[in-house]
Amino acid sequence: MTENTSSPKKLVAVSAGLSQPSSTRLLADRLAEATVADLRDRGIDVELTMIDLRDVANDITSNLMTGFASSKLQGAIDAVSNADGLIATTPIFTASYSGLFKSFFDVIDNTALTGLPVLIAATGGTPRHSLALDHAMRPLFSYLRASVLPTSVFAATEDWGHGAADDGFPTLPDRIRRAAGELAAAVAVSKRSTEVKDPFALDSSFSPIGAYGAQ
Amino acid sequence: MQFGIFTVGDVTTDPTNNTTPTENERIKAILTIAQKAEEVGLDVFALGEHHNEPFVPSSPTTMLGYVAAKTENLLLSTATTLITTNDPVKIAEDYAMLQHVADGRVDMMMGRGNTGPVYPWFGKDIRQGIPLAIENYALLRRLWDEDVVDWEGTFRTPLQGFTSTPRPLDGVAPFVWHGSIRSPEIAEQAAYYGDGFFANHIFWPKEHFQRLIAYYRQRFEHYGHGQADQAYVGLGGQVFMAKNSQDAVNQFRPYFDNAPVYGHGPSLEDFTEQTPLTVGSPQQVIDRTLTFRDTFGDYQRQLFLMDHAGLPLKTVLEQLDMLGELVVPTLRKEMDAKRPAHVPDGPTHQSQIERMAARAAAREVAEADAQSVVAAEAARSGALAGAGAGAGTARSAGTGAAFGIKGA
Repeated sequence: MTENTSSPKKLVAVSAGLSQPSSTRLLADRLAEATVADLRDRGIDVELTMIDLRDVANDITSNLMTGFASSKLQGAIDAVSNADGLIATTPIFTASYSGLFKSFFDVIDNTALTGLPVLIAATGGTPRHSLALDHAMRPLFSYLRASVLPTSVFAATEDWGHGAADDGFPTLPDRIRRAAGELAAAVAVSKRSTEVKDPFALDSSFSPIGAYGAQ
Repeated sequence: MQFGIFTVGDVTTDPTNNTTPTENERIKAILTIAQKAEEVGLDVFALGEHHNEPFVPSSPTTMLGYVAAKTENLLLSTATTLITTNDPVKIAEDYAMLQHVADGRVDMMMGRGNTGPVYPWFGKDIRQGIPLAIENYALLRRLWDEDVVDWEGTFRTPLQGFTSTPRPLDGVAPFVWHGSIRSPEIAEQAAYYGDGFFANHIFWPKEHFQRLIAYYRQRFEHYGHGQADQAYVGLGGQVFMAKNSQDAVNQFRPYFDNAPVYGHGPSLEDFTEQTPLTVGSPQQVIDRTLTFRDTFGDYQRQLFLMDHAGLPLKTVLEQLDMLGELVVPTLRKEMDAKRPAHVPDGPTHQSQIERMAARAAAREVAEADAQSVVAAEAARSGALAGAGAGAGTARSAGTGAAFGIKGA
C-alpha cells in the first residue's frame, strides 16, 4: 500500500486555561486559525483538534496517582503523541506554566513527543512574565526532544487591546502570524501522523537470554 | 484452572477505626490467610517480596515453608520474587529447598520490583532492571537445569564448578511465571523459555494487557513451545463482596478511598469501570471474572488480591469464605468446561515432570535427526561419517540441560 499523500496533517492545540471563557483558549484558537489558514494557503489539508486540559483535569490527577489514563485522557494523549504539530498554551502562574499544564505532559511517555514541532504560547496579566516562555516552557519541550519553534507568543492582558502597528513595533496579531507561519512550514513536511509505532518493538540488541545466557 | 490469592503484605492503618496492626500481627495474619485459602478450596497462595516499609514479607521462603507444613494441597507461589536484586544463586537454593519441604507444591513468579531505592540498597541500579532480569534468570535456569555450572556474567562474581543444592525435586525446577505490567522484553523472555506470563492487570485498563498477552502468546508459538493458545497465562484480580452489592460498596469505600496506590485518586465507581476491581455481589464477581476469559483467551491461573488497604483479618477471612464457597466453584466449572482439550490446565509439579520429559524426548529425537542428516550428508559426499558438527543444531533449542559441564 502506498502512503496516501493527501491524508490531512494533524494539528493539535492544547490549552491549559482554567476559566470559561479563557484568554489562554482564545490565544490557542487564534494561533490554530492562523496555522490552519497558512497551511491551506500552501494547499495542505489539515485536521485540527482542540484540547482543553480543564476537561480532563481530574483524569490527569488520577493518572498521576494510579499510573494509567482514563479513556478520555488517553484520547488526548494519543492525539498529541501522533500529531504533526502542537500548539501548547498555558497561563503563567507563579512565574511558570500552570501545574495542570505540567502534569499533562508529565503523564505522557517521555519519548512520545520526539521530533514534534511545537509552538509555545502563554498568557499573563502583564508583559513582565513573558520570559517564562523561554526559561520554563522551552526547556520542558527540549527535554522531550520536541522541535520547539523559534517564535513563541506571549499575550499580556493589554495585548488584546492593541491594533495595527502604528508605532512600528510588532503587535500580537503580527507575532501570531509569524509563529503560525513557522509552525505551518514544519507541519507541512512532518510525517509523524502517518508513522506506525510498534509498542512491542524490541531493541535490536535485546536477547531474551542476555549476552551471557547460553554459555 | 487454578484459583488463588496473592498478597503484597502491606501494613496499613484500618481507616474505619484508625488502628494499625503490628508487624507481628500482620505476619501472623498473612499465615492465617494462607491456611484459610486451602480450607476454602483455593489452589494457590502467592506471597510478595518487599524490602521497604510498609510491607513485611522480606523473607518469603520462611513464611511459605511454614505454610507448607500447615497445608496439604495448597500450591505455594510468589508475587513476585525479585529477580533483579536477589542473587540468582540464593533464589535457586531457597526455592529448590522449598520444593523439597513442600513436596513439589511450589512455583514462582519473577518480577523486577519498582521501588527505586531497593536497587541501590542491594548494590544494583534500577536503570539496569531489564538486563538484570534477563541475566539473573538465565543463570537461575542453568543452576536448576545443570548439575555443575561454570558461569561468567556482568552482574555477579563468576562461578566455577558450582552445584546449587539441593537439586530441584525429581530433577524438575519449579514452574516459573514472569510478571510484568508493561515490558515486552519480559513477555519475550517468558515466551523464549516456554514459561508462564502473569499480567497483574488490577491497576490498569484491559486494552493494554490484551496487547501484551497477545504478544506473549504469539512469541510462545514462535519459539516452538506450542500454539499461541497453549501458552501459560495468569491474571490478577481484586474483589470485595457482600450478599447485596450496595452493602459491598458501602463497606469497601473507606478502604478504597484511603488505599495505598489509588486512594484519594479516582472514585470507586471510575476505578471499577476502568480496572478489573469488582465490588459487589458474588454473582457480579463471577460475571466480571468470566469476562477475563473473553478478553484474554483461556488462561491457567486467576489470583485475587483480598487482604490489602487495612482490611481487618476477620473481614478478609469472611471474604475468603465467600470466594471459596460462592464464587470459585462456579468459575472453575465454567472455565474448565469452556477450555478446549489441547489447552493446558494450570501447571503443577507433576505436569512439569511430564512436560520436561516430553521436552527431553523431543530434544533426543531432534539430535538423532540431526545426527542422521549429518551422517547421510557425509556418506553422500564421501567424507568420514561422524566428523560433522551436528550437535550444533541442538544448541538453538536448548537453554541449559543440553550444555552440561562447560569444557575448558
